[in-house]
Amino acid sequence: MSGKPRLTYFNGRGRMEPVRWLLAAAGVEFEEKFLETREQYEKLIKDGELMFQQVPLVEIDGMKLVQTRAILSYLAGKYNLYGKDLKERAMIDMYVEGITDLTQMILMFPFSPPDAKEKNLESIKERATSRYFPVFEKVLKQHGQDFLVGNKLSWADVELIEAILAVEEKIPAVLSAFPQLQAFKRRMSNMPTIKKFLQPGSPRKPPPDEHYIENVMKILKM
Amino acid sequence: DGSLLFQQVPMVEIDGMKMVQTRAILNYIASKYNLYGKDLKERALIDMYVEGIVDLNELLMHHTFQPADKKEQHLATIVDKSTNRYFPVFEKVLKDQGQDFLVGNRLSRADVQLLETLLMAEECKPDILAKFPLLQSFKARTSNIPTIKKFLQPGSQRKPPLQEKDVPRVMKIFH
Repeated sequence: MSGKPRLTYFNGRGRMEPVRWLLAAAGVEFEEKFLETREQYEKLIKDGELMFQQVPLVEIDGMKLVQTRAILSYLAGKYNLYGKDLKERAMIDMYVEGITDLTQMILMFPFSPPDAKEKNLESIKERATSRYFPVFEKVLKQHGQDFLVGNKLSWADVELIEAILAVEEKIPAVLSAFPQLQAFKRRMSNMPTIKKFLQPGSPRKPPPDEHYIENVMKILKM
Repeated sequence: DGSLLFQQVPMVEIDGMKMVQTRAILNYIASKYNLYGKDLKERALIDMYVEGIVDLNELLMHHTFQPADKKEQHLATIVDKSTNRYFPVFEKVLKDQGQDFLVGNRLSRADVQLLETLLMAEECKPDILAKFPLLQSFKARTSNIPTIKKFLQPGSQRKPPLQEKDVPRVMKIFH
């Protein structure tokens, strides 16, 4: 055991990518075990490794953590990315939950049937530009600080930069009406730990392709 | 009026904040009222349990919205997931620890949310806890906690299950 957190998931973004982002932003190195076959997955279940028979799984500090939010909350708390008090935590939680609703749409997008894809892409664009991005544009404008909460890097900033980049992959000009978010994106991308994560060869995973989708569906028998 | 950060309810006004996003609200209330464990590791355990419970809760909530031709299959899914994925976890926790509560030998939000979901599951299928004796005693014990007992009595703020006849009305508000 190296003492590093160990992540078990498919070899792709999915529900584990926010965990990779958070660990990377915090400057924490981690190991990864990739699920490639149904047999591997069934073995994990049989060995009692997955509390609810699901991945993501993160082994850290003697615990086998499952459930993405439980994992992210623990990491945010451990690496001081969760605000200084209960009220800052509440703000971070609200922002994170809103952003997660948006990234959930992107997560599910590749699994939607071909005839629904165009409509779903429109929904992502609509939600991003009229429900979610305006909130964060306003927050940044009102306090004029570099970070969303407490003038300090938090889990909310990491989720937001991840979401912005993911939406931009699908809709390149999506930030055109959001100057604060453009500046936020530039600033965050230049933070040393995040800059490193955005470079080739990092643990960051590419957007899902057909092969990834097929693999997930095969392993989960979807 | 700008009261809903992401144009959605639930919204809870508390301590000068207009909180939205159910998990954010529950996290705040749980912390404020000491129902979130004593340290980061207890919180992680509570979070894992709660997230599993929420997944089951969501499945249960969707049952009312199923069209007539899908209801039977959906109920089968509920029974399968409850009895094969979720209930065994909590039955085992209670068995392994031999304590009254799920985490830290003390009432936490995990216990409250589990009770809520057990009751909802029974509303779907009354004998769904048949094979889970410890969950049955957990249910009885937790229901007798004075504050919870009061909430389970008629006249409290607890809401009844959504009736099928009310589904169109609910859908209309959001569409």
